Amino acid sequence: MADISDKRGIERRGRVLTGSAVALVVVLVCTLIFMVCSRGLATFLTDGVPLGSFLGGTSWNPHQNDASGVPLVGALPMIAGSFAVTLLSCALALPFALGASLFVVDVAPSFGRRVFRPMIELLVGIPSVVFGLVGLSVVVPWTRSWAGGTGYGILSSSIVLAFMILPTVTSLATDAIAAVPDSYRDGSYGLGCTRWQTIVHVEVPSAMPGILTAVIMGMTRAFGEALAVQMIIGNAAQLPQGLLTPAATLTSVLTMGMGNEAMGTVYNDVLWSLALVLLAMSLVFILLVHLVGRMGAVRNG
Amino acid sequence: MINSLSRRQFFSLAGAATVVGLGLAGCSSSSAGGTSSSTDTSSSISGSITAVGSTALQPLVEAASEQFMTENPNVQITVQGGGSGQGITQISQGSVQIGDSDVFAETKITDASTLAKLADNKVAVVGMGPVVNTGVAVDDLTLAQLKSIFTGAVTNWKDLGGDDADIVVINRASGSGTRATFESAVLGGTAVPASFTPQEQDSSGTVAKMIADTPNSISYLAFSYFSDTLKALSVGGVKPEEGNVETNKWTIWAYEHMYTAASPDAATKAFIDYMLSDDVQGSLVEQTGYISVSGMKVARDANGTVTSL
Repeated sequence: MADISDKRGIERRGRVLTGSAVALVVVLVCTLIFMVCSRGLATFLTDGVPLGSFLGGTSWNPHQNDASGVPLVGALPMIAGSFAVTLLSCALALPFALGASLFVVDVAPSFGRRVFRPMIELLVGIPSVVFGLVGLSVVVPWTRSWAGGTGYGILSSSIVLAFMILPTVTSLATDAIAAVPDSYRDGSYGLGCTRWQTIVHVEVPSAMPGILTAVIMGMTRAFGEALAVQMIIGNAAQLPQGLLTPAATLTSVLTMGMGNEAMGTVYNDVLWSLALVLLAMSLVFILLVHLVGRMGAVRNG
Repeated sequence: MINSLSRRQFFSLAGAATVVGLGLAGCSSSSAGGTSSSTDTSSSISGSITAVGSTALQPLVEAASEQFMTENPNVQITVQGGGSGQGITQISQGSVQIGDSDVFAETKITDASTLAKLADNKVAVVGMGPVVNTGVAVDDLTLAQLKSIFTGAVTNWKDLGGDDADIVVINRASGSGTRATFESAVLGGTAVPASFTPQEQDSSGTVAKMIADTPNSISYLAFSYFSDTLKALSVGGVKPEEGNVETNKWTIWAYEHMYTAASPDAATKAFIDYMLSDDVQGSLVEQTGYISVSGMKVARDANGTVTSL
């Protein structure tokens, strides 16, 4: 009798403890979203900046007002810069990630498990400031040496970002390809296909939703990376004119400005609006991941 | 029995994890002073002080606070960075005891009633000067030439007596204390055209590295960042030296401020007095690359008006 009530007590305490952990996480996420929204929307509600001149404007200098008295808060250069480095770094990283994944799943599984996986995971642990410094000392001079200009810009940032997202994309793509049932491969080989034909016509198409998820997760990482990009991209708030001229991203402008501007000023509010754009974009990326996952589930039954 | 035991262990582990998590979340980033165990205290001052703000001023305040805490074991001082804007925001909200700033609070907040609640303490002077890559063949620029570079009017070194090469301008982040100081001394209120968008960089260390590595580049740095890897220019024949700052012959300089409430508590007041005493002004200020306020022969107010002392 006493034993049973004791057990019930344990059950209840366990539920309270784990439940409060969940509640804490939920409350944290909700307050975070609320805080970014309330501060980010102040630009439009309190400071009276039209949404169009924020999202579509190309002049960024919130300390100054334009002819009609509206602060110069055009965020389009940063939004364009963020998308440019994100897409280009994914385009650079994907071939290597996919090639490496196919190699370690199909060609040398034991090498993949014992050597390659730990190496890739090591890459995840390198702090982004180290990537930034390496970019500053190696990638920027290298780009400058053959392309001219200053070396700072979208291309250099994308190269460094490609290294940073490589582990994420590779390990997720490896999982996706390894999850293709062996019966698919056996069937393909049984029909007389070569390994290459099997990979191109059977494995990659069946693993496509997983590979897309890997790419989107890589994009999320690239979109949100601040420090390394800030050190390399040059931070010139102008619409990207090419891959070799300095540009700016949402994160680089945010990190540079946030410490310098007092709370409640227009500049500070606009920085929160940039953070809101970042938050909205990461929500879009997460929705995409779920959408792709559901599509894959439907197609594979 | 085994089942119930393992479940109990699981729950106690989960509980412990939650407690640890909450503990970590609640833990502030205060650096451990470790002086509270001392018993033979001769000083009667006690309390805890948090100083937040300028990262440029942080090393000096940290060094001074360590000395101060050794002499006054009952005072706990926490020094944090965050930037001048953070420092002024936090002190005007009353959430910290000291707000460190590279610029006058007047440049960050305009509300007179908020400003009246703050007391300005100028604890050091920092001199800044233009720096170029060592490959640039120019040693001296006039203020007017500097202005033409940083407003985008001149874009080639050959127009300034150098080689035929594009000038790579590296600016500081808009709103940084270094940029505000440089622009008020060099541009003198001239607005930079919106079409001129040079590179920007936030940290002095990174700027120093970029100037050293990037051919034909120009930027500006505090004297303490001058080194052999970059070339410091003289302006109108005046060399960037401490003596020239003290007489205002070198005009690109600023105060480092430690803002407190208009009537600070005893511990905060004692620490500010300590910052202005010879224990700090004669030694630590110079060691951390600043110029002592006590040596200044001129004073400057928030509007830029210079008076000789």
